[in-house]
Amino acid sequence: MKLPDLTELALRNLRESLLRNSLTTIGISVGVASLVAMLSLGIGLQQLASRRLMKSGLFDTVVVTSRRDLRNFGRDEERSGPAPAESRILDEPTRLEIERLPNVLEAYPDIRFITELRYEDKPHLTMVAALPSSAQSNDAFETVQGHFFSSDMAPEAILQKAFAEELLGKTPRPGLDETNVAELAPPLLGKELTMRYAQREAQQTAPSKTANDNSTSPADQSLAGAAYSVVSRELKLKIVGVADLDPESMRGPTRARVFLPLGLAETLHVMQPTDLRELSRAASDQPVYSSVSVRVKNPSQVLTVENAIKKMGFNTFSILDASRSIQQFFKVLDVFLGIFGSLALAVACIGIVNTLVMAILERRREIGIMKAIGASDGDVKKLFFAEAGAMGILGGIVGVALGWAIGQVINLGTNVYLKRQSFPPEHFWAVPWWLVGFAILFSFGVSLISGLYPAGRAARLDPVQALRYE
Amino acid sequence: MNSLDRPSQSSAPAIHTTAIQAEQVCRHYSMGETLIRAVDGVTLTVRAGEFVALLGSSGSGKSSVLNLIAGLDRPTSGSVIVQERDLAQLSREELARYRLHTVGMVFQSFNLIASMTLAENVELPMRFAEVDRGKRDSLAREALMRVGLQARMNHRPSELSGGEQQRAALARALINRPQLLLADEPTGNLDSHTGTEIMNMVREFNQQLGMTVVMVTHERALAERYAQRLIFLADGKLVGDEPNLPAVNVGSHHARPDGERP
Repeated sequence: MKLPDLTELALRNLRESLLRNSLTTIGISVGVASLVAMLSLGIGLQQLASRRLMKSGLFDTVVVTSRRDLRNFGRDEERSGPAPAESRILDEPTRLEIERLPNVLEAYPDIRFITELRYEDKPHLTMVAALPSSAQSNDAFETVQGHFFSSDMAPEAILQKAFAEELLGKTPRPGLDETNVAELAPPLLGKELTMRYAQREAQQTAPSKTANDNSTSPADQSLAGAAYSVVSRELKLKIVGVADLDPESMRGPTRARVFLPLGLAETLHVMQPTDLRELSRAASDQPVYSSVSVRVKNPSQVLTVENAIKKMGFNTFSILDASRSIQQFFKVLDVFLGIFGSLALAVACIGIVNTLVMAILERRREIGIMKAIGASDGDVKKLFFAEAGAMGILGGIVGVALGWAIGQVINLGTNVYLKRQSFPPEHFWAVPWWLVGFAILFSFGVSLISGLYPAGRAARLDPVQALRYE
Repeated sequence: MNSLDRPSQSSAPAIHTTAIQAEQVCRHYSMGETLIRAVDGVTLTVRAGEFVALLGSSGSGKSSVLNLIAGLDRPTSGSVIVQERDLAQLSREELARYRLHTVGMVFQSFNLIASMTLAENVELPMRFAEVDRGKRDSLAREALMRVGLQARMNHRPSELSGGEQQRAALARALINRPQLLLADEPTGNLDSHTGTEIMNMVREFNQQLGMTVVMVTHERALAERYAQRLIFLADGKLVGDEPNLPAVNVGSHHARPDGERP
């Protein structure tokens, strides 16, 4: 029998016992709806995470670390090149080498440390990071209140919004993200901030060195690599800007709340957590960096630059890696949500089997007649398949609509709740077109599978037996 | 003009051609521990274009023989050869094709599909035969016209009288132009007037279209009036096989203008 005939007969048969078939189809719809609802939640959360990641402004940056560094970012990184022990040290010549790679705008060392900052005699412990002057053009600093550092060596600081709030004694209320940077900035701009930090100082150099003295000779540095003492220092910084950076976003591997010009930070020789480990390394006459941030001309070239740096024997980390692991996480999440969502669909499938088996009993005679007038086993089987498939497609379409509606309602409800809690509204739910197609096809597929047994049973029906009883 | 006037095979089959050849056919069922010999060693031959009546009381095995000829059932042993094909050797798929193209069946209880209109019922075998959609409508209309039901085409079987239903069943049986018309008590549910009407149609098909007809009945009078040969069954065995002269003579008028008689 041809497909149009099959479809026509199947739909006619479905109409004949409208109530029962409608109930079965509704069962499928509920199953598909739960599947769609679960998967669209997973997808929505994934998109939410991706949006946050993109906001971090890191998508044109590759962070490079030495393979000797055990604290690697990319845990499942492919290990090509030399083994960790023999791999190269991330020092100044290497930084310059990286900077010469094609498509690289600049490569600057990451300097970050936790230290104490005093503002109006109150100590605040926080993470400080150095910013290259190129960061001025970064999207993240577009909205800075005040101005960017006047020079790469200026003793100036830019504060992150949350830290500015802390200095002003404003406890940020959770969710109330509406504090305007423009309001925070005026009382702080131009004020002085005293930074106390631990300076790493070579043992044999004169202790009279000031923090701003950048005349450190290569000889000093070689000694510093081998043995040094730690000296407590203080530096007065002028607050020049307040930046509206998202504190939750990832700015480099660690988040900082106070930013210094890179040139200045390099001269401070602030004791960094990695320094202790450097002790175990061969003494070098160059400063060794724990990590170097590489800015790429174009986000699309991140991968090629990453690969080039990996070939040099370093570990790299970029937003691509971050989104990759996030995607992996969400894949697993989607599978779990999908399994839960499918449970209702599995129940619905049993409904299909039940309905069709009932239909065979009811239409026993009809099947016998069809066979007597020439229907083959295949025709009968296909007819039952078509009925199962039609219920599947109808249920799928209704189910997708239902799932979408459920999603909208929950989204709305969640956002009403979030608004009451003073959180900004979020979009947790996404039903992409591929999910619509997938859900309908999936529903069609499982319905056909459910039709396997009834269709086979109908096809095997003995026409003599079927016609015998009135 | 009428499609039913053009059966797929020659409309004047040679009388000597064998249409059905059953050889020592047995059909045994086991019901619990007892073996039921529904058909027990039946041997019979039906010539092409012949109108044969299978007679016997209920339980004599006449319907079982008909089902074996119709390809609805397979013999336990023996062979049923229709048009040089042994039905026992055919696959299920081939048997279905045989039922579709070679056999037309009418039943005592009409066996129209209740949810379909007459036109749809008549069209159904053409769907299985994958006849072009465009042709089906006109063929079904013609077939119903031939049995005088053109005005009832869009009615469901439940809206019709028994006679009308059986006429529709006849139209359906003939729609794929089979060479064999098998009728299982075709008048069993009809009053005598309507029964005669139906039987006249069957005879018309037999004589005008040259179809071979095998009719199962327990009414000897009916068989004697229409069939050219009477075959008697009892307890699954063939107990008599005799020509029915009056019917032969009526039939010879149309089917055998040469008057040749075995």
